Amino acid sequence: MKELSNKVCIVGVDESDEIGTLPGKSMLSLHLEATHNAIRDAGLKVRDIDGVFTAGQHSPATIAEALGVIPRYVDGTTVGGCSFIIMVGHAMLALHHGLCDVAVVSHGESGRSGVGVTPRRDTAIPGQFEASYGFGGAPTYFGLITTRHMHEYGTTLEQWAQVAVSTRKWAALNPKAKNREPITVKDVLDSRPVIWPFNVLNICLVTDAGGAVVLTRADRAKDTAKKPIYVRGAGEGAEHVSLTQMRNLTFSEATRVSGEKAFAMAGVGPRDFNHVMLYDAFTSGPPLMLEALGLAKRGEGVSLFEEGRSTPGGSLPINTNGGGLSYTHSGMYGIFPIIESVRQLRGECGPRQVPGARLGLVNGMGGMLSAAGTLVLANDR
Amino acid sequence: MDLQRPLPTPITPEAKPYWDGAREGKLMVPKCQACGKAFLYPRVLCPFCASRDITWIQASGRGKLFSFEIAHQILNKAFKVKTPVVLAMVELEEGPRMLTNLINCEADPKKLRCDMPVEVVFEKQTDEISLPMFQPARAR
Repeated sequence: MKELSNKVCIVGVDESDEIGTLPGKSMLSLHLEATHNAIRDAGLKVRDIDGVFTAGQHSPATIAEALGVIPRYVDGTTVGGCSFIIMVGHAMLALHHGLCDVAVVSHGESGRSGVGVTPRRDTAIPGQFEASYGFGGAPTYFGLITTRHMHEYGTTLEQWAQVAVSTRKWAALNPKAKNREPITVKDVLDSRPVIWPFNVLNICLVTDAGGAVVLTRADRAKDTAKKPIYVRGAGEGAEHVSLTQMRNLTFSEATRVSGEKAFAMAGVGPRDFNHVMLYDAFTSGPPLMLEALGLAKRGEGVSLFEEGRSTPGGSLPINTNGGGLSYTHSGMYGIFPIIESVRQLRGECGPRQVPGARLGLVNGMGGMLSAAGTLVLANDR
Repeated sequence: MDLQRPLPTPITPEAKPYWDGAREGKLMVPKCQACGKAFLYPRVLCPFCASRDITWIQASGRGKLFSFEIAHQILNKAFKVKTPVVLAMVELEEGPRMLTNLINCEADPKKLRCDMPVEVVFEKQTDEISLPMFQPARAR
């Protein structure tokens, strides 16, 4: 596994032309804008793409067709929002073995405006055993994980609110973030109740956005426009879909498996990172990921946010783009933490730049901590 | 009568004993003959030991409130029950966990706690479908 480490690089990243509320753009346009922009960032041409990776409603064939390329490698693994993180690992394998030379991982989602989107339908299990009780939509599930964590570890609503406060401090420094005005713990606790234990400020945004990541082999990356960012480790895992099947409701086995694999490949430990991106659909998500990845003891993930370590100027900056909570969350958010990690490792982040960012952790979930993808990224070998 | 809830759909063939039981006020769950564990949702293979030797048992209907939420809004327009509603995960005495509603209680997080004992009640929706729900257990 270690022979895969540092063999491929991320050489291009970008969002769609705009992110936010975009009723004039279809899901497909968001994909195409993002891929076009990320390829430009890499200093390559769209016709160079010969590996297409995407998740969601559009298949990789649709994206390839729309781009006008004939890929010799496609992957449409769709296990939730972390799929794009997982696909960086899949692209690493394909590139390393010469099955393609320039891979693009593309995301586009009209999550807010629903333009060019097929309406979602219940699949057999939630339709039969969950919808009749009002379940449906991520908050109705993730709240159960959160309540149980509070019961087992004594975590409080005030502590979860700290995650939103910390993330908003980063959003204030990112001109692309949707919500940038500062908030307090009290603001979170007083915001509109949605589903206890969540108020609206505990829950991610719903936006329209695209994002894309371009990869190539390290030997080829010397010719690209920007400083190449090495994929030092990649992992994935999948435990369940229905929350009733999660073995331990407060500990994500998928995340543990994914993290252990990525760390082993990279030859790093959970305390080696100086920049961390975690998929934050809910305030309780990042703390539980820190626990499953071994960056915090069980029950204590939220303390990194409480102690101010995660904020600007802190010792372990987390979600420096403003996260799904305050920057953007189109539905399958996983491409965006990769983009931010790369920008930080390149040193492109201006007022929110983490000084000396060298080794980055990217971890995302699919569904309700159901699946997971983890990357260890570095700005040198 | 106007339905207050979306009906379970699709009813899969593997789950027919579950819904047939519910119609008669019985909570039926699959049980593995090889390892002896009960499980939900119904399927043709035991999730614990992969045995194909599955039978059905009637669960006691007793369990504990494993976790819960208080919903102030429900996205599904077909769900018309007045909020707040308690969305619950119940762990049955026999082991399986299921998603359900906790009813006949105050929808107040201060009045509920994880692991409190609960018992099944069946709420008839149509001649075909009754839904298992749970309420705080009465003293026994």
